[in-house]
Amino acid sequence: MLDILNVSKTFNAGTINEKHALTDLSLRLENDDFVTVIGGNGAGKSTLLNAIAGVWPLDSGKILLDGENITRLPEHKRAKNIGRVFQDPMMGTAPDMQLEENLALAMRRGQRRGLRWEITSDEREFYYVKLKELGLGLEDRLKVKVGMLSGGQRQAITLLMATLKKPKLLLLDEHTAALDPTTAAKVLELSDKLVSENRLTTLMITHNMKDAIRHGNRLIMMNEGNIILDISGEEKKQLTKQDLLDKFAEVAGRQEETDEVLLS
Amino acid sequence: MSLLNLLSRLPAAVAQGMIWGIMALGVYITFRVLNLADLTVDGTFALGGAVSVMLIIAGWPAWLSVLVAVAAGLAAGFITGLLHTKLGIPAILAGILTQFSLYSINLRIMGMKSNQTANLKNYGMFFENGKGFLVSSRYIPMAILAGGVLAILVLFALYWYFGTEQGSAMRATGCNPNMSSAQGININNMKMLGLAFSNGLVAFSGALMTQFQGTADVNMGRGAIVIGLAAIVIGEVLHGALFKKNSNYAIRLAFIIIGGILYYFVMTVILWLKLDANDLKLFTAIIVAIFLAVPYLQEKARSSFARSGGKGG
Repeated sequence: MLDILNVSKTFNAGTINEKHALTDLSLRLENDDFVTVIGGNGAGKSTLLNAIAGVWPLDSGKILLDGENITRLPEHKRAKNIGRVFQDPMMGTAPDMQLEENLALAMRRGQRRGLRWEITSDEREFYYVKLKELGLGLEDRLKVKVGMLSGGQRQAITLLMATLKKPKLLLLDEHTAALDPTTAAKVLELSDKLVSENRLTTLMITHNMKDAIRHGNRLIMMNEGNIILDISGEEKKQLTKQDLLDKFAEVAGRQEETDEVLLS
Repeated sequence: MSLLNLLSRLPAAVAQGMIWGIMALGVYITFRVLNLADLTVDGTFALGGAVSVMLIIAGWPAWLSVLVAVAAGLAAGFITGLLHTKLGIPAILAGILTQFSLYSINLRIMGMKSNQTANLKNYGMFFENGKGFLVSSRYIPMAILAGGVLAILVLFALYWYFGTEQGSAMRATGCNPNMSSAQGININNMKMLGLAFSNGLVAFSGALMTQFQGTADVNMGRGAIVIGLAAIVIGEVLHGALFKKNSNYAIRLAFIIIGGILYYFVMTVILWLKLDANDLKLFTAIIVAIFLAVPYLQEKARSSFARSGGKGG
């Protein structure tokens, strides 16, 4: 489904701020995989998602989506097959545009945008049904400017927009981190629902280890731009928070050791 | 300084205001829709005038000269777009560069003269012979009619375009570029297209103004961007006062044209008061600054620290 082959990315190469964000990373996702991604700050989680989405070109390596080499495609062309939800609830929607206009933009992801009218009346009914399924009462507010809605509502809408036109791959970049716990739980539940209903291959970054364990069929842990743990199936079901904490500690310990070597 | 004298000048102000209103609709595309400050405008306005006057002198029908002027404006805006998106030059600077280069280009178009005149007597009016001037200061009622019809045509073209898939992609680009990319919109193309459309309209307005005055001047566009902004902000403030919030998009666009007319009313009054014409630009700048500041200050007053925690203190 998704093949990431020996991907590397360095930011600010050759300067004092040089940062090896991804180092020779490889990852293969199968159809319908729902992978949760955890790791400390600067581990490369968001960089990995941005690499897949095509926010900037890679230094080396290849990315294949459904067998198609997308390494050289710019962001807006990859968007045809990739749905995304960002950490910042403000980032996924156009605040000055109406709710239905936002959905209409998402409905045409990957299509040529010509001089046809932006929303048809059939479409409006479809949006009504889809919004009703969210259970947030948004179906009666199709004409409201999205900027008037709360962060949680906007994140739910972004999620709907990412899946309205079924993507081959869904990328969730800590999409509940900026929400209050109750809203975060709701949005996460909604994510689960949309992923399973549409059978979407999904990569979800989270800071919450419990969420990482509870959701998805596979879990990867990242550190220093690479994958250091990859657990799936039965093994993942048995996984506890303590296991992950131990692994974190082990990695952190190893880092301390190297620091000691350097300093001695 | 009689009131009658002022009243007699107002129809011309309406005609000019509508022509500037068309330009303001062009500026609206960049300033409000794309959220870019595009300074190409000053050069493009004169470009439209220069192209139109030279073609008329060369014997072309005036209406055709306007179409060529629009094409020239589209090209100028497209070049600003290329400088901005493909060469990474900040939009404001890209616009200044194109505007700067247009000064030389406009001089060349006008045969290295700083102004060129097409005498109405030699060409007549469009309604007389089908190839004369579309508008002229000698036929004010006709100019108001023609200017009004053209402004309304532009208004409905914009209303329609921004309701299409492509137009809404352009609005999204200005509103949230990150989201637009994630939804598969090529934001660079949208910016180039928007800059081209905007400057096409500005050149259209410049061509009409040249016919209205019978002359094109290499400096005629100086400060055009400020007048465009003035029309936009005056129109928006007025619209906000009359319609509260959600009104039809076409009405909001119409208020930009009305803003252009009001701007010319104010200028006419200032001239009528026998204030020095050299001070006009100063007045314009002050008007724009006030109207741009008002929404900000209102918001600030609403959420001020001095008033926090209820009345008194």
